[in-house]
Amino acid sequence: MGIVNILGKKEILMPGNPSCPGCGLALGLRYALKALGENTILIVPACCTSIVLGPYPKSSVGVPVFNIAFAAAASTAAGMSEALDLMGRDDINVVVWAGDGGTVDIGIQALSGAAERNNNIIYICYDNEAYMNTGIQRSGSTPRHAWTTTTVLGKKEPKKFLPLIVASHNVPYVATASIAYPQDFIQKLKKASSIKGFKYIHLHTPCPPGWRFPSDKTVEVARLAVLTGVWILFEIENGRLRLTGPSRNLVDKRKRLPIEKYISIQGRFKHISKEELEKIKEDVDKLWHTLIQYSSKENIEKQ
Amino acid sequence: MKEVLMPIAYPTKGSVGNTGLWRTLKPVINYEKCTKCFICWMYCPEAAILAEDKPVILYDFCKGCGICANECPVKAINMIKEV
Ligand code: SF4
Ligand code: SF4
Ligand code: SF4
Repeated sequence: MGIVNILGKKEILMPGNPSCPGCGLALGLRYALKALGENTILIVPACCTSIVLGPYPKSSVGVPVFNIAFAAAASTAAGMSEALDLMGRDDINVVVWAGDGGTVDIGIQALSGAAERNNNIIYICYDNEAYMNTGIQRSGSTPRHAWTTTTVLGKKEPKKFLPLIVASHNVPYVATASIAYPQDFIQKLKKASSIKGFKYIHLHTPCPPGWRFPSDKTVEVARLAVLTGVWILFEIENGRLRLTGPSRNLVDKRKRLPIEKYISIQGRFKHISKEELEKIKEDVDKLWHTLIQYSSKENIEKQ
Repeated sequence: MKEVLMPIAYPTKGSVGNTGLWRTLKPVINYEKCTKCFICWMYCPEAAILAEDKPVILYDFCKGCGICANECPVKAINMIKEV
């Protein structure tokens, strides 16, 4: 019963909600609510979750939810946390739960403002790497060469990597996470909830219909993203970067699984050429390089 | 004071009804093989598996995604065609 005790039995996301079979975000939301508990308010901009939360007068989650316009999630949460502060309530997690479109594209201005002001909120971006809810249109977070309905030959630009953009606001806590590693995600959430100020967690959540893979492969795809080095698990606490989970052992490129394993399991990369595959590998190497530089720079400063 | 109408939604299991009806494949646990590791419970996106003394699937809500069967380390879950 080890993992049952670690994660906790209580289910705040309830079964019978409208998420697609095998939905990565639903799994992520289930974990997040387990970790944060019932003293949590969710602020949700337009995204798949707006549907997953269920039709009025029913709700799929056992916490209060504030549905808000695409661009306004972080500022709404900021206002709410200020109000709770004035009321003397420091026992409530004010949490933005937003998709990648509502974070890296439409919500970035409000997010940046809240980060700059160091508002006391947890911002969780669940990244399914496109606008899934409206029909798989590309977002800034879609990776290079991935098919979407608006990039039928594959996206030309690389993925906008938001965690480092948020980190450069000098906020107390930034982390990445994956639904394949719930213990790592839950630890990060608990840490975030214990820190005062702006906390950002970027969660990788594969999406079967959008990424074109069968619904039973969601966790496998998420795991392969980490083990091939495509998705890197880390946390940045007060400017110090630390790799976490399996990513700790993947600095040496030879220890990573071949990227082909992650690419070939998804239909959205079916069309790619050899050259395009190389370009994807290059993007991954670049990100590792940046993160390693980021961490060593900080470590040198501390010494 | 004027009455204010508050459109509040209440937490409900099955907010869109019995999602078990969506299933085309049904996960069936072979308890003779099952080691009670609860990995299937951990990875079910639907929270449709109960962690009792053994994992118990809530067929009213299980959507038949197959993640539990794919992740079970001893392959104790079979996906069977719904009839
Ligand atoms: S489209 Fe993708 S992310 Fe959205 S509910 Fe379906 S599986 Fe989940
Ligand atoms: S994952 Fe398999 S072995 Fe583990 S509890 Fe579930 S059915 Fe049993
Ligand atoms: S098939 Fe999917 S929804 Fe059903 S019990 Fe298994 S993991 Fe949960």
